[in-house]
Amino acid sequence: MTAGEPAIVFRDADKWFGKLHVLRDINLAIAAGDVVVVCGPSGSGKSTLIRCVNGLERVQAGDVVVLGDSITKRGVNLPALRTRVGMVFQSFNLFPHMTALQNIMLAPMKVRKLARAEAEKTARALLERVGLREKADAYPANLSGGQQQRVAIARALAMQPKIMLFDEPTSALDPEMINEVLDVMTALAREGMTMMCVTHEMGFARRVAHRVVFMDEGQVVEEGTPQDFFAAPKSDRGKQFLSKILTH
Amino acid sequence: MNYTFKWSVLWTGESGRWLLQGLLTTLELSALAWVLAVALGILAGALRTVRFTPLRWAATSYVEFFRNVPLLVWMFFWYFGVPPLLPRGIQDWLFNHGAEFWAGMLALGVYHGARISEVIRSGIQSIPRTQFEASVAMGLTTFQSYRLIILPVALRLIVPPATNESLNLLKNSSVALTISVAELTFQTRQIETYTARAIEALTAGTLIYLVLCLSIATIMAKVERRYAIPGLIARVGPAA
Repeated sequence: MTAGEPAIVFRDADKWFGKLHVLRDINLAIAAGDVVVVCGPSGSGKSTLIRCVNGLERVQAGDVVVLGDSITKRGVNLPALRTRVGMVFQSFNLFPHMTALQNIMLAPMKVRKLARAEAEKTARALLERVGLREKADAYPANLSGGQQQRVAIARALAMQPKIMLFDEPTSALDPEMINEVLDVMTALAREGMTMMCVTHEMGFARRVAHRVVFMDEGQVVEEGTPQDFFAAPKSDRGKQFLSKILTH
Repeated sequence: MNYTFKWSVLWTGESGRWLLQGLLTTLELSALAWVLAVALGILAGALRTVRFTPLRWAATSYVEFFRNVPLLVWMFFWYFGVPPLLPRGIQDWLFNHGAEFWAGMLALGVYHGARISEVIRSGIQSIPRTQFEASVAMGLTTFQSYRLIILPVALRLIVPPATNESLNLLKNSSVALTISVAELTFQTRQIETYTARAIEALTAGTLIYLVLCLSIATIMAKVERRYAIPGLIARVGPAA
């Protein structure tokens, strides 16, 4: 990637699940260091959109360019690309047979071939950073949802990614645990991480995002700064969506 | 009842040696077949869950072919059917080197491999797809993801049915007597023939199988507890 080139570009991207047209003519560019919140009603294609960034889903027309590499090219090295793009899931997805520490050390050791001691040092530092130093040897089942999600973020960060994708990271959490996860995400954003977050946390979007992308029925309906979008959405569908989620 | 038990037939004459040899052959046959069955089972079970259709299809063919033919027929097939197709020299060599043992081992391993693969597949399919996604999203290859995440979790989940299948394999090794492998059942029949003491000989065989299977079940129960995934529903042990 050359300087000034966007970290993520969607170019005329389309995707279908069978007959369902889930992404329609997506054009989007996300600069390095940008924090973008993707919002919209359920089924609007938000998750599919960010899953296309690391190749968990493939667009069927158009192109997606991530850190300078087209991921729609034949023979693209997805594992290599994915080491540069971290992802955090709604359902945490920690590996249940490994401790928090082992979860974090796995990819650095197996993909980057780091020595165990070095991987462990980094992993412990990351646990410290997400406020879970004392949970290194806990298994996922013995952690709360918020703690699991923070370990999951640490695990993604262990590969030192250039981009972080968040797919509804707080949707499966009890309300009192949402903030501990958002705090970690906010800190990450302040450090300049390029982030693409699908979330319903409009407070987070307002405070942290540089840009909000609003989707409906597989289309990017509008995008803009959070200030503009929340104060005065341009589209009717945007207005409708905000009236539904902001009234209570 | 005017039958007089004569248990001493089990240790007089050749009987003791026969039983011991039968036991050893049963163990050897079962252990080798088990290793083969587990290897084939993991391979076929895993391949049936991958995205690449030809691999899935190959694994499905293996499973459906081998689990739907009686084990006995398979033993006959390998022992009586295949050798005549081979060149004379190889045939002679095989029959001088325990062809019946290897035919029995292959039949047993391949047959139970097909069955074990279904157990493993059900274990894999009980793992949420997002676990796989999370592992490849970190940069692991599909192969690494199966080796490090999917299979280690699946294997922990399937210990009880895998124990069942392992016990079945051990008991089914007795079918190899039909192609004259001198395993445990074969030897008890031999004692019966020589001594005309059916009940004593078969009781000995029954008890030996029972002890063997109970030992395996006990070991597997220990394995299950030792490798249990913390937080999953457990029969025993303190709540996590």
